[in-house]
Amino acid sequence: MRIFVCIKQVPDSAQIRVHPVTNTIMRQGVPTIINPYDLFGLEEALRLRDRFGGEVTVMTMGPPMASDSLRKALTYGADRAVLLTDRFFAGSDTLATSYALANLIQKASDNWGKPDIVFCGKQTIDGDTAQVGPGIARRLGLTQLTYVSSIDAIDPSHGTITVRRRADHGVQVLQSRLPAMITMMEGSNEIRRGRIEDALRAASAEVVQWNAAAAGITDLGHCGLRGSPTVVKKVFAPPSREEKATLVGEGAANPTAVANDLITQIFARQPVLEGDLMHAAARH
Amino acid sequence: MNSSAPRPAAAAGSRAGMKKELPEHFRSYKHVWVFIEFEQGEIHPVSLELLGEGRKLADQLQVELAGVLLGGCGAALTGAAGICHSYGADVVYVVAHPVLADYRNEPYTRVMTDLVRKFEPEIMLLGATVLGRDLAGSVATTLQTGLTADCTELAIDDERSLAATRPTFGGSLLCTIHTLNFRPQMATVRPRVMPLPVPDTSRTGRIVEYQAELEESDIVTKVIDFLADRNSESAQLAFADVAVAGGLGLRSAENVSLVRDLAQVLGGDWGGSRPLVQKGWIPSDRQIGQTGKTIRPRLYIAAGISGAIQHRVGVEGSDLIVAINTDPNAPIFEFAHLGVVGDATVLLPALTEAFRSRLAVNRLAG
Ligand SMILES: Cc1cc2nc3c(=O)[nH]c(=O)nc-3n(C[C@H](O)[C@H](O)[C@H](O)COP(=O)(O)OP(=O)(O)OC[C@H]3O[C@@H](n4cnc5c(N)ncnc54)[C@H](O)[C@@H]3O)c2cc1C
Ligand SMILES: Nc1ncnc2c1ncn2[C@@H]1O[C@H](COP(=O)(O)O)[C@@H](O)[C@H]1O
Repeated sequence: MRIFVCIKQVPDSAQIRVHPVTNTIMRQGVPTIINPYDLFGLEEALRLRDRFGGEVTVMTMGPPMASDSLRKALTYGADRAVLLTDRFFAGSDTLATSYALANLIQKASDNWGKPDIVFCGKQTIDGDTAQVGPGIARRLGLTQLTYVSSIDAIDPSHGTITVRRRADHGVQVLQSRLPAMITMMEGSNEIRRGRIEDALRAASAEVVQWNAAAAGITDLGHCGLRGSPTVVKKVFAPPSREEKATLVGEGAANPTAVANDLITQIFARQPVLEGDLMHAAARH
Repeated sequence: MNSSAPRPAAAAGSRAGMKKELPEHFRSYKHVWVFIEFEQGEIHPVSLELLGEGRKLADQLQVELAGVLLGGCGAALTGAAGICHSYGADVVYVVAHPVLADYRNEPYTRVMTDLVRKFEPEIMLLGATVLGRDLAGSVATTLQTGLTADCTELAIDDERSLAATRPTFGGSLLCTIHTLNFRPQMATVRPRVMPLPVPDTSRTGRIVEYQAELEESDIVTKVIDFLADRNSESAQLAFADVAVAGGLGLRSAENVSLVRDLAQVLGGDWGGSRPLVQKGWIPSDRQIGQTGKTIRPRLYIAAGISGAIQHRVGVEGSDLIVAINTDPNAPIFEFAHLGVVGDATVLLPALTEAFRSRLAVNRLAG
């Protein structure tokens, strides 16, 4: 099977900080990781390859340093890595991102053959839109299977696939055709610890690097800021409420006294709630 | 492979810029649409919440508000259309076709894009649910228009553009996003972010039936089974009257029980901030905030939570917010109503006991 996996390098969100005075994001020194949701797709891809043979190509669109994430993916066992990088892509919204990635996939298909599956993450932890995967599927005419919790059956030679998909009120079992764009649910698998051989190979492996022209993108009007229909007009700190929180329990003798003060204040503001809670408690 | 790639609208060739120059062929686009999620014979509450929000936008623009209802059974859809009218829709576009009985991306995308091209709405809102997110990206890409995900506030600016505000990366910022030169302007909103409007059953409206040309044999994806959830135990969180949540200030996985105990005494439900999910202290369906659940309880108690914007937007609709935090400068005190500066691991048990005895005393007295 030929499988492509789209991964994005994102800042490790737990450690992101906002400058207290300028309100801008302090990116410097923030460690980066592979978007955690993308690892579920990568692991699924590796398992399918181990089962059916073939190869797994990881790809990303981003700044040159995004090759770090690709190299990391090689240590897990991916066979090939491609980076699409060009200043023309700066400022891409999801539509422009899916345009660039669809072209990247197209070019990779010309080089190495068409994929049976393109995996994307359910969403990113920085953009968090869940739009890029569907955008790619639409542009390339791939079957779209999002929120997949397991692949129950797959037959690459007949191009058929059966998956379980997490819907709002239950699980859909879907039967469909390859090629497909699949996003895997979190928890559907766990990324492997790469083998030593893969780590060694990754250290010296070449990350294929293309700019827009090399990927065959000639119409720059679809790229970056110019190709983005959405425009960020304003970035601002949330307005604080007129009055800040009323502090309760200051100078109280012990935690119990604080707790009682707090409860008095809560029910003073929500008198009906007390009666309702009592009734509820009585029913238990 | 590129054969079925959607061709960009003519306007996409010109450059999108910061300035609004709406191309001629988009000027006829009018009206606000809400995609109505209709599954298992029921309208998803988020669609009704969006009708409430859409009503405000439509009134401001002085245009009509429409619901768009797709499904397999005409009679059921007509009933649902009536509900949409009572929640504020002037018009409901109804598309009944056996192929649309269960949600599938392919036919739904096709029908939605056909409807947009034919009836030309200027704004289209969808719920940021599993279904809505699966559909919105496909529709926006086909139409080559802008889509803003997980908005927390929608407004119309003085140029009649949709100003869609969402929390942005970084923990304490919001950004307002516009789709200036393309139509429709699309946005998704998570459940419970907007209040549920009060229905007016005397309200009536029009129904426009649309005949979709679909063939089951053209659709490659088949639904072969649906395993419905039984009410999962955490289904209550989004609808609980009282919610208690903990953050990293709890300091250990064991202390999550302090949050659970208090919630139990109050007959409410519990959850936590995202880092607790990332650390594996709580299951992911108990995360509260932008990427977790949005809640609107009558009482929300946040213990050891700093109050980052992604958390704030998930709880702001609560009637009364109480914060417990050791740091008097924690951002949560900016939007909480009542605050205690102190150690949550000490105060939570004290609060649990105090509530328990207070409710018990009252019960005896009552
Ligand atoms: C795209 C994106 C989406 C996100 N989505 C969400 C989301 O849905 N929900 C969410 O919650 N977060 C979300 N986040 C993360 C968010 O930005 C914050 O990092 C997170 O909310 C912080 O969690 P916290 O308050 O528990 O931890 P911290 O920010 O570390 O705060 C801990 C707080 O506890 C206080 N404290 C310490 N010890 C004690 C004690 N003993 N008693 C009382 N207080 C104490 C500290 O003073 C501090 O204020 C998201 C981030 C991104 C980038
Ligand atoms: N710049 C990128 N490079 C590679 N893949 C991406 C990029 N942006 C988004 N993706 C893929 O699209 C998924 C959804 O992203 P998003 O729409 O930003 O939530 C991610 O999990 C990735 O698999």
